[in-house]
Amino acid sequence: MSESSSIGIVAPQIAHFTEPLPLKSGEVLPQYDLVYETYGTLNADKSNAVMICHALSGHHHVAGKYADTDKHAGWWDNLIGPGKPLDTNRFFVIGLNNLGGCHGSTGPSSIHPQTGKPWGSAFPLLTVEDWVTSQARLADYLGIKQLAAIVGGSLGGMQALQWTISYPERVRHALVIAAAPNLTAQNIAFNEVARQAIITDPEFHGGDYYAHKVVPRRGLRIARMLGHITYLSDDAMGAKFGRKLREGEIKYSFDVEFEMESYLRYQGDKFAGEFDANTYLRMTRALDYFDPALAHDGDLSRALAPAQADFLVISFTSDWRFSPARSREIVKALLDNELSVSYAEVTAAHGHDAFLMQDAHYHAILRNYLKKIKVGGPA
Amino acid sequence: MSNTSIKFADAAKSRHDFALIAKWIKPGAKVLDLGCGDGTLLGYLRNTLQVRGYGVEKDDANWLASMSNGVDVIQMDLEAGLSGFEAKSFDVVILSQTLQAVLNTEGIVQEMLRVGHEAIVTFPNFGYWRHRFQLIAGQMPVSKNLPYQWYDTPNVHLCTIKDFDEFCINHHIEVMERLVLTEQEPINMMPNLRGSLAMYHLKPAE
Repeated sequence: MSESSSIGIVAPQIAHFTEPLPLKSGEVLPQYDLVYETYGTLNADKSNAVMICHALSGHHHVAGKYADTDKHAGWWDNLIGPGKPLDTNRFFVIGLNNLGGCHGSTGPSSIHPQTGKPWGSAFPLLTVEDWVTSQARLADYLGIKQLAAIVGGSLGGMQALQWTISYPERVRHALVIAAAPNLTAQNIAFNEVARQAIITDPEFHGGDYYAHKVVPRRGLRIARMLGHITYLSDDAMGAKFGRKLREGEIKYSFDVEFEMESYLRYQGDKFAGEFDANTYLRMTRALDYFDPALAHDGDLSRALAPAQADFLVISFTSDWRFSPARSREIVKALLDNELSVSYAEVTAAHGHDAFLMQDAHYHAILRNYLKKIKVGGPA
Repeated sequence: MSNTSIKFADAAKSRHDFALIAKWIKPGAKVLDLGCGDGTLLGYLRNTLQVRGYGVEKDDANWLASMSNGVDVIQMDLEAGLSGFEAKSFDVVILSQTLQAVLNTEGIVQEMLRVGHEAIVTFPNFGYWRHRFQLIAGQMPVSKNLPYQWYDTPNVHLCTIKDFDEFCINHHIEVMERLVLTEQEPINMMPNLRGSLAMYHLKPAE
């Protein structure tokens, strides 16, 4: 095994698309930008491209740093780099910010070309299918006919799954991690509470808060706090915080008393300071709407009939938001279609967030699976 | 179930078993291998008979070895049944040297014949004379096919050939073919006494 290291200094790029994008909702995006990053080198026959789909709050900055002084590397830096499981010595890796995002791709906080003002509430609602269409256009833009692999965790895993349905001939391998074929009622309920926190914030202004020079910070903060609870397992929270008191003794107040509260407030504040509330609303709605089986009388096997890819499906034992049972539904549908699929149920304590963690067995799975993917010679 | 720690006497011997299993499988068949270990059997069947199929394995290390060896492998516990597989979706379902380590033995054999048109089951014969002899001498049997001490064995449902024959009759299972071996040699006379390894080719009785 070669020594692994960071991909180093990276820089985002912007692709501008002028061909209108018809959306599932019936609306049309006349033009849009997608911000993306690439790591590694596209080979001569363009057979080594791997696209990373991000989850709810993700973006295009998947690996590396923008400057040596950056405190944090990209959000999946532990996976991607020279000698890492997704080895940039072999693969050309693409990370992008989805449409509707708030990190550079066209979204609610972008300037509407006609009005000269932020889109705000006028920005359409998007679906996983819409994202996949826009991602395929980015692949076109980069001259890539077929991806060696599409990779995603959580909402990203849903996009990876959708790729195999929307563009079966354009994806050789699909890594569908900590995903589900649709949301449960409980999951939709969590999303609705998060949205209500945002929408009922007095500073939401129907989604056009930009004009008022305010952000619905309180709502977004509560939405993120709620989200965080569902991404962690009870055990992981117990192990990390337990009932530990911040000051060592009970104060009989509503200030932060428990370490757990301190953590949640910190996460909420941090997120509310850097994420756009309109984007959060749309990301959660895309999650709610995703249901490839819906058009096939609820039959996921029929929904996946077009798929041709070789699949790796991974779930995590302590993930109660997208439980292993949900991944097994995907696996069942793939088996029904006699597709090539391996399924791993990784023992992990971290809950849904486990897919981002550096677990030795989990990473060995990814490393060995990705190693089997055939790619052509270098450029 | 800890079929994972099942020791094979040696690789060559396993290969010999594989060749015998292969005789009961048609070229190009769709195969499910339960407790597939590192995927060697499926790899062998794919190379020799161009079978298609999947392995099922619970243990992390074995699962990783199977997947790395190019076998499509589903991580799950056989004890929970085969609910992730459609009825009659496989030509053959194999349970090689694992039956004795399964808790829900009755359930898993029935599940094999639900999911597959046919099943192949192999297990160490507890009725083998060396095992009987060790019991008469007052100790739990330890042999090439049962290489464990009583305190560390994964085997929980050991049976004899006679037991399994009766099991098949009582569960409306037709024994299409049966092969009994000792040291790789077929045993035709007094197999329940002289045979150390039993191999069954099964289908649901009409």
